[in-house]
Amino acid sequence: MQSEMHGHGMENTWAFSVFCVWKDYAYICPLIPAIIMDGRVLEKLKILAESAKYDVSCASSGTSRKNRNGAIGSAAGWGICHSFAEDGRCISLLKIMLTNYCMFDCAYCINRRSNDIPRATLTVTELVDLTIEFYRRNYIEGLFLSSGVVRNADYTMERLVRVVKDLRTVHRFNGYIHLKSIPGASQELVNEAGLYADRMSVNIEIPNEKSLQLLAPEKDFQSVFQPMRYIQQGVLQSAEERKRFRHAPRFVPAGQSTQMIVGATPDSDKDILRLSSALYQRPTMKRVYYSGFIPVNAYDNRLPALKQPPLVRENRLYQADWLLRFYQFKVDEIVNDAYPDLDLEVDPKLGWALRHPEQFPVDINKADYEMLLRVPGIGVKSAKLIVVSRRYSRLGTEQLKKIGVVMKKACYFITCRELPVRTINEVSPEAVRQILTRKAGRKKVDDRQLILPFQEEP
Amino acid sequence: MTIFVYDKTFEGLLTAVFDAYSRRSFPDMLLAEGEPLPLFYDEAVTICTDDAKVDRVWKGLQKKLSATALSVITVTWLSELPQVDILLFRYIRKAIDTPRTIELNFGDPDVLEVSKIWRKVTNERLRVIQFLRFQKASDGTFFAAVKPIYNVLPLTLPHLKDRFADQCWLLYDLKRAYGYYYDCRETTEVRFEEQEAHLLSGLLSEELMDADEKLFQQMWKTYFQSIAIKERLNPKLHRQNMPARFWKYMPEKL
Ligand code: SF4
Repeated sequence: MQSEMHGHGMENTWAFSVFCVWKDYAYICPLIPAIIMDGRVLEKLKILAESAKYDVSCASSGTSRKNRNGAIGSAAGWGICHSFAEDGRCISLLKIMLTNYCMFDCAYCINRRSNDIPRATLTVTELVDLTIEFYRRNYIEGLFLSSGVVRNADYTMERLVRVVKDLRTVHRFNGYIHLKSIPGASQELVNEAGLYADRMSVNIEIPNEKSLQLLAPEKDFQSVFQPMRYIQQGVLQSAEERKRFRHAPRFVPAGQSTQMIVGATPDSDKDILRLSSALYQRPTMKRVYYSGFIPVNAYDNRLPALKQPPLVRENRLYQADWLLRFYQFKVDEIVNDAYPDLDLEVDPKLGWALRHPEQFPVDINKADYEMLLRVPGIGVKSAKLIVVSRRYSRLGTEQLKKIGVVMKKACYFITCRELPVRTINEVSPEAVRQILTRKAGRKKVDDRQLILPFQEEP
Repeated sequence: MTIFVYDKTFEGLLTAVFDAYSRRSFPDMLLAEGEPLPLFYDEAVTICTDDAKVDRVWKGLQKKLSATALSVITVTWLSELPQVDILLFRYIRKAIDTPRTIELNFGDPDVLEVSKIWRKVTNERLRVIQFLRFQKASDGTFFAAVKPIYNVLPLTLPHLKDRFADQCWLLYDLKRAYGYYYDCRETTEVRFEEQEAHLLSGLLSEELMDADEKLFQQMWKTYFQSIAIKERLNPKLHRQNMPARFWKYMPEKL
């Protein structure tokens, strides 16, 4: 604590805040002053952010929590993006590693032990203060904390738990916390972490166990799925207890998430999406993220040499994932043995429609909500609007446009008040595909790039 | 053509609704006091804002519309768009005259237009909540300045009060030259006689900053730059997600 004692007059902030909590006088010293930060922390921050940036899960959603007793923070229920990085991705959480030292040697990871990169470790206090000070300035929704593995899984996990515990109990921080569990950590530590974190995650990274072991010799599916089970058990147990005791503590209220790297191994979209779909069957799995492989270790020839990260494929996977979660599609309708990979040219919903002309045209004024959702050019929002608006009067093209339906796409798949236009059955699926992809090609929107749907509910 | 002249306040608008019904004549045009009248018109009625009338109209609307639709009306008003008053007048009139609630009838052009403006205003509210940046002043107050397209500050207060409950802050609208000060209990609307430099530029000068403020701004900027993946740079998406008009007040973009 030595370095924190001098500078800035007499505020020995450490003793101050501990005093508040011990004596339960927290309410008389609401503003816990910042601990002295300096250029070294700046340097560490830089190194550790660089090391954490390839983890794509950023959404800070799923928990709604009001501020408690005038302490700091709230969680808004959906993720608020406070900034957007120059790659266009949402910055919602302070995404950082406690340390980027790691004893593992995963082929796809920038932090693997055989890499010669700058390494740094933040102290618990430094990390806690950074989080609070960033939060107070409205830079972030909260913290996304991960770490390289040092000494052993439990040693590392314990330090992560100390950070989140400090934030919640000493600083009464109410913002969002996402904690990445260390593969192989014990159930006790996972259980403790779950009391403080809103969301926990364990990354699968590679959707196939053989490939995983080839690329990450220290890991196997067991080391990934075991902590996932611990988290799930914790959530279910706490839900049970909260039925009986209203004040029983909540356990990772925003559930868990995971990430898969796309394009590092020969696995097909079918393999990936079937795994996602199986994961979504589990009661606590909220999001699966897909991360287009970026060859950060070009020298490792177990991995493909890609010129460009497979961003179109990644984007198609996210779209397919949305179809699973919000559009009531079954995974085999999107990819199956006949179509193991997503069509890069058209989005998966249009792809399905082109393969199933017999389902169309859909009568806008009669079809049920589920079928409206399947029409290319109609999203969740417009489908809902259609269902309410058509109670007042039969809808025509003009109203559909106003409602937000993309008529250029939808017109081949619907009938409405006016005379039917030429639908997919008259024009033929091939021709519709040609017309729509030609249009898309001329558009300037760069859909190679990932559009992270940061709103949990559309 | 019938013209109503009123004081351009929301209360004035509701009074106009009341008067229209009691006179049984409805305006084709609403003008602010002092605005020039058009060359040809049949009648110009001056409306005197009256709290009792406001109250009766609002109570009447509460019976006709859901709480959501009522908030749609007030939010839409905050857009301050030139024609929004007559649009809301028509909306309110339809709400009163129609036996069934109109709020979901998006086939009606006025209902649709109101819902579109409502969406724009709520989006702007969200952007302010996303992109406002507090700078800590040496007296401990956190200061943030924004220049929103619509008058959305009042809409952001519940969120900010909840989130930043234990710090004093001042949120300031540079365009409309007013703000809200929160003292750890409640928010008060504030206007300043003297336009100090930071009330014009939106940024605290270094003398006014808390000792660590500069450092935290630097750290945030460093973080922001480190977190971008250079293999996927996409300035267009960046701009689209975070409109450039906010950059002037964001340390990471300064
Ligand atoms: S354990 Fe994690 S940090 Fe360490 S090399 Fe593997 S992926 Fe990277």
